[in-house]
Amino acid sequence: MVTTTTAPEEARPSTPRKAGRKPKSRLPRSKLPYLLLLPAVALELLVHVIPMVVGVWMSVLELTQFQIRNWSEAPFAGLDNYRATLDFNGPVGEELLHSFWVTVLYTTLSVGLCWLFGLFAAVFLQRPFPGRSLLRTLFLTPYALPVYAAIITWTFIYQRDTGLLNELLTVTGLVDERPFWLIGPNSFWALLVVSVWKQWPFAFLCIMAGLQNVPTEMYEAAAIDGAGFWRRLKDVTLPMLRPVNQVLVLVLFLWTFNDFNTPFVLFGGSAPEQADIISIHIYRSSFITWNFGQGSAMSVALLLFLLLVTAVYLLITNRRREHA
Amino acid sequence: MLAASVTACGDDSDGGSGGGAKTLTYWASNQGASIDFDKKTLEPELAKFEQQTGIKVNFEVVPWSDLLNRLLAAATSGKGPDVVNIGNTWSASLQATGAFVPFDDATIGAVGGKDRFVPAALAAAGAPGQPPTAVPLYSLSYALYYNKKAFSDAGITAPPTTWEELVTVGKKLTKDGKWGLALEGANPSENSHHAFAFGQQWGGEWFDAAGKPTFDTPQNVAAVKRYIDFMAVDKIVNPSNAEYAQNQSITDFANGKAAMLLWQAAGNAAKAQGMAPDAYGVAPVPFPATAPAGGKKINSMVAGINIAVFKHTKDKDAALQFVKFMTSDAEQVQLNKTYGSLPSVTTVASDAAFQAEEQKVLASVLATSAAPLPQVAEESKFETLVGTAMKELFADAASGKPITEDAVKEKLSNAQQQMGS
Repeated sequence: MVTTTTAPEEARPSTPRKAGRKPKSRLPRSKLPYLLLLPAVALELLVHVIPMVVGVWMSVLELTQFQIRNWSEAPFAGLDNYRATLDFNGPVGEELLHSFWVTVLYTTLSVGLCWLFGLFAAVFLQRPFPGRSLLRTLFLTPYALPVYAAIITWTFIYQRDTGLLNELLTVTGLVDERPFWLIGPNSFWALLVVSVWKQWPFAFLCIMAGLQNVPTEMYEAAAIDGAGFWRRLKDVTLPMLRPVNQVLVLVLFLWTFNDFNTPFVLFGGSAPEQADIISIHIYRSSFITWNFGQGSAMSVALLLFLLLVTAVYLLITNRRREHA
Repeated sequence: MLAASVTACGDDSDGGSGGGAKTLTYWASNQGASIDFDKKTLEPELAKFEQQTGIKVNFEVVPWSDLLNRLLAAATSGKGPDVVNIGNTWSASLQATGAFVPFDDATIGAVGGKDRFVPAALAAAGAPGQPPTAVPLYSLSYALYYNKKAFSDAGITAPPTTWEELVTVGKKLTKDGKWGLALEGANPSENSHHAFAFGQQWGGEWFDAAGKPTFDTPQNVAAVKRYIDFMAVDKIVNPSNAEYAQNQSITDFANGKAAMLLWQAAGNAAKAQGMAPDAYGVAPVPFPATAPAGGKKINSMVAGINIAVFKHTKDKDAALQFVKFMTSDAEQVQLNKTYGSLPSVTTVASDAAFQAEEQKVLASVLATSAAPLPQVAEESKFETLVGTAMKELFADAASGKPITEDAVKEKLSNAQQQMGS
């Protein structure tokens, strides 16, 4: 656990104090950090915590268009919204569960591919060679583009009759009949490609930064011991990148699981059922069908799920680090 | 999380009057070919209003994709514009929020009286038996647009009046990479509008008298299947239309890729895409050759835009004065002429501006064979759920899956179950 790793620091005596030099009129040192944290805490409350609490409150109300003007009039629904949402035999729960599995698959594939691309690109660009900075810049381009503009461009690429992708596929003779990319089963893969394209430069950036901390002597020593590329990757690079990877994978997971922009811009308000990932599903359940209580219940359930996954993930990865 | 996004959309524009000069804030909907076009259209009119009354109107043209969310945010926060345009199909849903000034007899009297408005249009301004939540501003209906040259090239002399004829004609016109009909398969609202009109023709209702959804009745299944079959069975619609949601069907119609289009007031959009008004004809939307049992002679929803006043306005009188101005004879002629829509007031129907072929057809449909979408609070759910079910059916049809009655019924039952929540 975290506490054990920090314990030695706490035990260590803090900076040597020179007796009698501490002026009495100042704030006690123990309170200063709290004072300095105050603005951040206030903003955090305002921006994150209060809306979250309001969201939880909404989730126990029967809040539809009849009450949005005055929430206090909304009848208390207790756990009814949760019951409808999480009853996986009912129509609402069934759709949510379907959307949940789609999202799990989407997130796993997207995070895995982003991380792999990022790792290999960073490793290959580790040593200087002509054109390295050009490639680095090129790889980071998707991350620098405005999200909406970039995804709208993808929708043009994916159009069946006039899209670039189908043009390429038919010109090269790979397909006879132009496939659909924005509807039907292919839409899942279309979404995945855009997601990876958009997100992998972040993995690349993080891993590139992480590699700066791997001392070159370690590679030299490994090379003298006769370790090849894969061996060095497995036994030097990856262990040294573990702290970076731990955070990177978590952040990518949370971003991808919650991704709203990509499906929303790609498909509009209602995604095809094969690519109905959870954020857009919740949006449709609350904003478009005006059932805000139920949408909030879904949001809260999603929040709890992500909290749980994060906690388990941190627990496992930290424990493994201790054992390492 | 949700609350954050709701308030984030909120608008801080100051509603109501300041100290001295009166100011109103107005959200206009996007009626012309672009937001800019609308700004240029409205600016001189609002200047006229300021000249006449001394009330300054700050306005913004809100795109359709944002309008409903922004209206909800304004209703939730009690802040925002004084006067807004709303899609008339949202009337009953928005009425249920209680956020708008009801046009009871006194209020509607202040803007010229109930009798001033086209009855069909006023019927689409709120639930029956309650004072309207808005008054109609621009009126529209669906019509069949057809490419005159494609028709004459194929030796077709008259537009189809029945669906059977439309299919025959469509098959003749579907060749050499061109298609008989274009439709907007991935647009849920557009789909649901057709579901309504076809439903009426097949004797179906989407809600019963108690307001309960009745989506999967045999009549509705048959009606929806008829519409999907243009692609699935008759093959007169390009399968690509299954992914159309950004008015690509108008583009296909305007550049000759498709010979027919079912649309509301497509003239302006076609013109913006380079199609001259004499290149296309306009006819009423067809009917089945023999009416199914209980089928009604309805071939369009009452489409249109209403204008409403938020209760939170600080100056209701000024807001109503503005509504009166926008529905005045002069403005109705000016604005509807520019947008290609129809006036919502009876007094100017015979104006020379509305005597073109397109407007005459739309007006006659509106007067004789149009019905409002169900005016129930859950109407917007109907549009989303049924429209999305049809989007999925089109996706299946496009990929060659057979669209059976059971498949349609299953989708509609599924949509109906989600209403119950």
